[in-house]
Amino acid sequence: MIRRLLLLLPFLVFVGLAFFLYRGLSLDPSARESALRGQAFPSFTLSTLEDPGAEVDESLLRGRMSLVNVWASWCPTCKEEMPQLLALSERGVQMVGINYKDARDLGRQFLEEFGKPFEVNIFDPAGDLGFELGVYGVPETFLVDANGIVRYKHVGYITPAQVDEVMAEVEKWH
Amino acid sequence: MALTLKSRCCVVIVLLLASFQSMADTAIDARHFEDPVMAERYRDLTASLRCPKCDAQAIDSSNSPVAADMRERVALMLHEGRADKEILDFMANRFGEFVLYNPRLDGRTWLLWALPAALVVGGGLVVIAFVQARRHRRVRPLSEEERTRLSSLIHRHRERSE
Repeated sequence: MIRRLLLLLPFLVFVGLAFFLYRGLSLDPSARESALRGQAFPSFTLSTLEDPGAEVDESLLRGRMSLVNVWASWCPTCKEEMPQLLALSERGVQMVGINYKDARDLGRQFLEEFGKPFEVNIFDPAGDLGFELGVYGVPETFLVDANGIVRYKHVGYITPAQVDEVMAEVEKWH
Repeated sequence: MALTLKSRCCVVIVLLLASFQSMADTAIDARHFEDPVMAERYRDLTASLRCPKCDAQAIDSSNSPVAADMRERVALMLHEGRADKEILDFMANRFGEFVLYNPRLDGRTWLLWALPAALVVGGGLVVIAFVQARRHRRVRPLSEEERTRLSSLIHRHRERSE
């Protein structure tokens, strides 16, 4: 009897493998867990896009929940993302931009052309803050709660269909 | 020396391929370390860190901007005298566990590390069980009748071959 059952073993191994491989087909290969989730927004001292003489740091993100969007004028999908960011700002979300590896005049020109959803833009020409945030694909969006803790991260551009998804996260961590 | 057309073509193709290869090599920034040990560590570290933007490429061979930033930071941290583990943790804390080609041992990855060892141990046990079973297999002695039949057969065989 046991010998008979042993004959079934290769079949069971096959079924197990097939299950995991089939499941693997539906996983998103570009999905990454966010290393910063649940951690404090990294500290920084930078100027703003609007004012070269200004000095802002992580205390900017304290006291109020904000959606921090990393963007650049050289990033084509950032242009497509702007209407969604404007929609989020109209729905009452405080938007903070990080102008990543960009030039001041190009960044300003971009905002003139595509809209200004941001209350303030942190100017990060060397990409140092972006590196601390683990930015690898602009645009990226971080939800930072009132205590300065990163709660949610969205890599890539927010599609019109994803605005509600982001809004749900905003309400969840309010 | 006269070359046939075919072998000339081959030479041209090989030279073309070689030049592409060198183009690909020079695309990645070369870094110079005074200390050969540090240069070796740099090579190992950049080969074991995975580029977050690319799916299956280490940062040492990727042209993606984030890979260049990471290489630069690895070199900087080496010059600062940081340990390899510190550098790997630093990267994993920012870009996630994904960037480590050698994942750390934790709640999610223990199976990954334990499975090969478990398979070796399990396979060993199966082999031992087999060997033991063979060794202890009972051998039934021949009966008197079988014994006489066997000796007569051997006898007959000998006679015939002589």
